[in-house]
Amino acid sequence: MSTMAPAFPAAEEQPFPIEEQGRPSLRHLLLDHPRIAVGLVILLALALTATLAPLISPHNPLAVDVGHARLPPGAGHLLGTDELGRDLLSRVLWGGRVSLPVAFVAVGVGLGVGGVIGVVAAYRGGVTDLLLMRLVDAILAFPALILAIALVAALGPSLRNAIVAIGIVQVPLYARLTRAQVLQLKSLDFVTAARALGVSPARIVGRHLLPNLLNPLIVQVSLSAASTMLAEATLSFLGLSAPPPAPDWGFMISAGQRFLVNGDWWMTAAPGAAICLSVFGFNLLGDALRDALDPRLRR
Amino acid sequence: MLEYLVRRLALMVPTAFLVTVAVFMLIHLTPGDPAVVILAESYTPQAAAEIHHELGLDRPLPEQYVLYLGRLAHGDMGNSVRNHLPVTQAIGERLPATLELGAAALLWSLLVAIPMGTVAALRRGRPLDIVASGLTVAGISVPNFVLGIVLILILGVLLRVLPVGGFAPLTESVPDNLTRLIMPAIALGTLGAAANMRFTRSSMIEVLHQDYIRTARAKGAGWLRVVNRHALKNALIPVVTIVGLQVGAILEGALVTETVFSWPGVGKLAVDSIFSRDFPVVQGIVLLSALSYMVANLLVDLVYAWLDPRISYS
Repeated sequence: MSTMAPAFPAAEEQPFPIEEQGRPSLRHLLLDHPRIAVGLVILLALALTATLAPLISPHNPLAVDVGHARLPPGAGHLLGTDELGRDLLSRVLWGGRVSLPVAFVAVGVGLGVGGVIGVVAAYRGGVTDLLLMRLVDAILAFPALILAIALVAALGPSLRNAIVAIGIVQVPLYARLTRAQVLQLKSLDFVTAARALGVSPARIVGRHLLPNLLNPLIVQVSLSAASTMLAEATLSFLGLSAPPPAPDWGFMISAGQRFLVNGDWWMTAAPGAAICLSVFGFNLLGDALRDALDPRLRR
Repeated sequence: MLEYLVRRLALMVPTAFLVTVAVFMLIHLTPGDPAVVILAESYTPQAAAEIHHELGLDRPLPEQYVLYLGRLAHGDMGNSVRNHLPVTQAIGERLPATLELGAAALLWSLLVAIPMGTVAALRRGRPLDIVASGLTVAGISVPNFVLGIVLILILGVLLRVLPVGGFAPLTESVPDNLTRLIMPAIALGTLGAAANMRFTRSSMIEVLHQDYIRTARAKGAGWLRVVNRHALKNALIPVVTIVGLQVGAILEGALVTETVFSWPGVGKLAVDSIFSRDFPVVQGIVLLSALSYMVANLLVDLVYAWLDPRISYS
C-alpha cells in the first residue's frame, strides 16, 4: 500500500544478538549465499555502466533531434528515442549518474545523522535519550514518502533538496537501530570492564561498540538503499527532483507516459527497467545479507 | 492494558505537538518570501501583502503558531490559496475516492498474500516456495508507478480490456466505477501484497513448528483443517501489524498511483496543490496523513496486545 515505510524491515526494535565468532569471511558469504553474489553483480554492473556512461553512450543524452523523434528500438538507437529524438540508451546510462549517487548520499545522510543520534541517546541515556527519541518519533509519525515530498515541496524541487529530504526520512531507522544495539552492548561485560579500566567514552564507542554495530548496519544500509532509490524515482516521477533536461529515470517515465496511448512503450520501458533492476539489486543484497548476518534467522 | 494505553497516549502528546510544529513550519522552510513563490508571475506588492495577511504571515512567528493551533482545535485548516475553499472541504470532497481505492488495494493485497504466504510456508524450501520468495522480492522492487504503467500498456492499450484512467462515481455507474478501479488498485496493492506475503510465510512457519499444531496433527487432523482451524489465526497476528501500518500510510502510495491513473483522490489533490503552490492544502494533507498514521500505529499496538495475551506491556 505505502510505497516505502511498512514494506521494508524498518527500525529494528529487537537488536541483533551479539556473536562470539564474529563475521563470516567474504568468501563464505558468497559461497553460502549465492543471492549476495547476484545482488552484488547487478549493482556493480549498474555502477560500472553509470561511471562509464560518457565513454560508452552511443549519443549525447541531451542532443535533441526532432527529425528522429519517437523511434522504436532498432539499429542506430538500440532502445529507441524519446519525444525530442534523444537517444534513450544514452539517457538511461547517464540517468544512473543521477539516481545511484542520490541513493548513496541520502543513505549516508541517514546513517551519519541517525547513527550519531542513536549512539548518543543510548550512551548518555536520561533526558538526552528522551528528547532525541521524541524527535525521532516525530519524524516517524509521518509516512516516509509524504514527509520527503512535503520537504521538497517546501524547499523547492531540486536534486540537492531531494537528497536532503530522503536523507532526513532515513534518520529514524538508523537512530533506532544503533540505539537498540548500543543499549544491548553497553550492558555487556567487556564494555563494563573497559569503562572500569578508565577507557574514555569516545574510545569505547570507537573500539568496542562500532565494530559490533557493523552487521546490522550493513543489512540496513543495503535495504534502505533500495528504499531511497524508490523514493528518488518517485520524487523525480512527480517532477520534484532533478529538473529537466537532466536524464533522470523517474522523470523520463512520467514524460513517456503521455505517449503510452499511442503504443510507444519504449520511452517508459527503458527507464522503468533501470529503476526496477537497481531497487531489485539492493533488495536482493539486503535480504540475503540479513539471512547471512542475522543469527536469529540462521537455522 | 489500561496502563499501557495511558502510557502510549502520553507519549503521543509530545509527538503530535512536534508534528504540528513541523507541518506549521513547512511554509517557512520555503527560501525567501512564500508570497513570491505562491504568486509567481502575477507578483505585485499589493497581492503579496494580501497573501501575507491571508496566511497570517504578517504576524510574529510564535503568534502565528498559536493561532494555527487554535484554528486546528476548531477543525479549521485554513483556506486554499487557489480557490479560497476551506481546506477541510477540499480534502473531504476527495477522501471517498481515495478510501475506495485504498480498500480495493488492501483487498487485492490480502487476497494474494494470505493464500500464497500460507502455501509457501507449507512448501518451505520447495520450488513453489522459491518462486513465491522471488515474486516477493520482485513485488517490493517495482515502484507502483512503473507497475501502473505496465498495466496501462498491457490491459489498456494493447488488449483494450480496461480504461486507461479516470474515475466514475459509484453513484453514477457501478460497472464503470469498478472497471476503472481495477488497475489502480492492483498497482497500489501489489507492494503491500509482497510485504504481507513475506510476513504470512515467516509467521506461518513459526506457528507450524509449535506443539499444539503437532498435537492436532497427531490427533489425525488433515493439513487443511490444521491450517484453517489452528494455525492461521495465530499466524496472522503479525500480519495485522503490517496491514494496520499500510492502512495508516495509504495516502503515501495513493499520491503516486492517483497521479498515474488521474484518480481524483486526496493524493492527486496533494500533487496538484504542490505544483500550484497551494501551501494550506499541502499542509492540511500532510497533517492528516501524519495523524492517521499515528492513530493507525496506536491501534495496531492495541489490537496486537488484545490478540496475543502472551504479550505484556509492563
